[in-house]
Amino acid sequence: MEIKKTAMAGTLESSDAQVTVEPGNGTVELELSSSVMNQYGRQIKETVLATLERLEVDNAKITVVDKGALDCTLAARIECAVFRSCDKADKDIPWGGMIR
Amino acid sequence: MKNAVGRDIPEELLVNGKEVYQGKNYLDGKYIQKAGPKTRRYEKPQESKIVDSLAQALRDCGAKSGMTFSFHHHLRDGDYVVNMVMKAAIEELGLEDLTIAATSLGSAHDPIADYIEQGKVVGIQTSGIRGRMGEVVSAGKLKTPAIIRSHGGRPRAIEAGEVHIDIAFVAAPTSDCVGNCRGIGGKSDCGSMGYAMTDAKFADHVVVVTDCLVDFPNYPASVEAIDVDAVVVVDSIGNPKKIASAAARISQNPRDLMMAEDVARVIASTPYFKEGFSFQTGVGGPSLAANLFLEKLMDERNIKMGWAIGGICGPMVELLKKGKVGKVIDVQDFDLDAVHSINQTPNHFEMSASQYANPANKGAFVNKLDFVVLAALEIDTDFNVNVLTGSDGVLRGAPGGHPDTAAGSKVCIIVTPLTRGRMATVCEHVVTVTTPGDCVDVLVTDYGIAVNPLRPDLIECLDKAGIKHVTIESLKEKAYSLVGRPDDLQWEDKVVAVLEARDGTILDVVRKIKPYKL
Repeated sequence: MEIKKTAMAGTLESSDAQVTVEPGNGTVELELSSSVMNQYGRQIKETVLATLERLEVDNAKITVVDKGALDCTLAARIECAVFRSCDKADKDIPWGGMIR
Repeated sequence: MKNAVGRDIPEELLVNGKEVYQGKNYLDGKYIQKAGPKTRRYEKPQESKIVDSLAQALRDCGAKSGMTFSFHHHLRDGDYVVNMVMKAAIEELGLEDLTIAATSLGSAHDPIADYIEQGKVVGIQTSGIRGRMGEVVSAGKLKTPAIIRSHGGRPRAIEAGEVHIDIAFVAAPTSDCVGNCRGIGGKSDCGSMGYAMTDAKFADHVVVVTDCLVDFPNYPASVEAIDVDAVVVVDSIGNPKKIASAAARISQNPRDLMMAEDVARVIASTPYFKEGFSFQTGVGGPSLAANLFLEKLMDERNIKMGWAIGGICGPMVELLKKGKVGKVIDVQDFDLDAVHSINQTPNHFEMSASQYANPANKGAFVNKLDFVVLAALEIDTDFNVNVLTGSDGVLRGAPGGHPDTAAGSKVCIIVTPLTRGRMATVCEHVVTVTTPGDCVDVLVTDYGIAVNPLRPDLIECLDKAGIKHVTIESLKEKAYSLVGRPDDLQWEDKVVAVLEARDGTILDVVRKIKPYKL
């Protein structure tokens, strides 16, 4: 998917993450901060990159402010931000397809 | 050298007779030579000991660089006294190389972090360390490793002369002109002053700082004039709103209540739950809520609690007033209901930290305790508990009375949710061992109960009562299945804090955390 405009999903509540995607400069660029960085930073990064790959996003700047979200929450917030950035978040969401 | 909880203690710390932790009751029966303070005679009658300023009091007590000042934490996060005294010592008298020996420190003491960074404060000995001070100490900016002790370990160390207090500062809600102090009757009331008592007896000099001067004699006194050199009257010793909350409320969170009910059921399944039993609980959500369910079970069986100790708050005072507990003995008060009850409600008494929890005296209250209910930041599969360091390895907690009550009690119950956000509370290895697993008996979580295999008697009790329990390993696996397996923290070699077991042996060390690189 192509990131067309800046879009956000998620909150800064505990156990959530706030994800912002912006059009990129040819690659995936990740900015990550997390309240559980020392123990889960590596896994959060893996989840973010794997989710973007699944959504076929290869050109984006993504900012994740994590407040201890579980992997499923992170993936959902990323999916939502990406779909919003393409104006595809209103209808015909591919549940069970690209969105898992 | 590895100690009894498997922690590697650097050899350079094992000097002057320091040993690694060997298991509970290791030093039982040994003799100690108590240290005595060097105190000044005030033979000529004095009308008053009031001096104009903290700076003057410091000068009168011969304050100089390199000294150790002690403080107590009854004013909790409302305390102004530590910052006030250190400011006078460092900025007015120009002292340096100072050590702060406090019963606990909190985020109220953030300004002390600057003095640490400037190298003016070079030593910290405390139970709690949080906020900016925790951050700068964790970053390795304190010249010597901080020494973390439990509430019972501290009076033990003072009596043994391992901490020599040059000047003790007593934050007194009320005092008379010669230094008889009480925790009530003023504008910054804290109730019990139990943690200050040992300090006042073993310090060379004692300075009382108060914001409410009352008529002589201020009696019954928590800290007595016979130990006091000087009295300083200031505008305010603390922020009353942060000293004691209006009333500790019992949690309405269904998860807390479910765990609290399980705690009460575990207690009631043991033979110790009988007429006259003794009890202590923390003030955390599920710990405090256990009071509620315990009362129901006491009514059902028609038994009463003999006595309760600890940090005390409203719900326990309520039980005392209802006649459901015989005596409440109190080292610290957490809310105004408790503050206004101590020494007022019949059978609500004050005790010193040594009476409460010191392992080296001839029998502290914790040794007669049947049940204690405690919280944890983390607990590992050996039942070791961490209440000091966060999941990022930074100092942000306090052992408090946790290790003392766990060691002394017949049944120590830890109650905690299985996960907090993405942090697994039940884990493979705690970041720091603050309470050794050989003192912890039962774990109650929202996903199940586990009993320490060292207590087959308790396993039998739960089985007989039909209370389901699982292994602690299965709870850990459940936690990891929810949040993922955490990576190990990465440390540098530098030791930033030494965690003493209550008997004075070394239980663990906290090292400087490596900056995290993704």
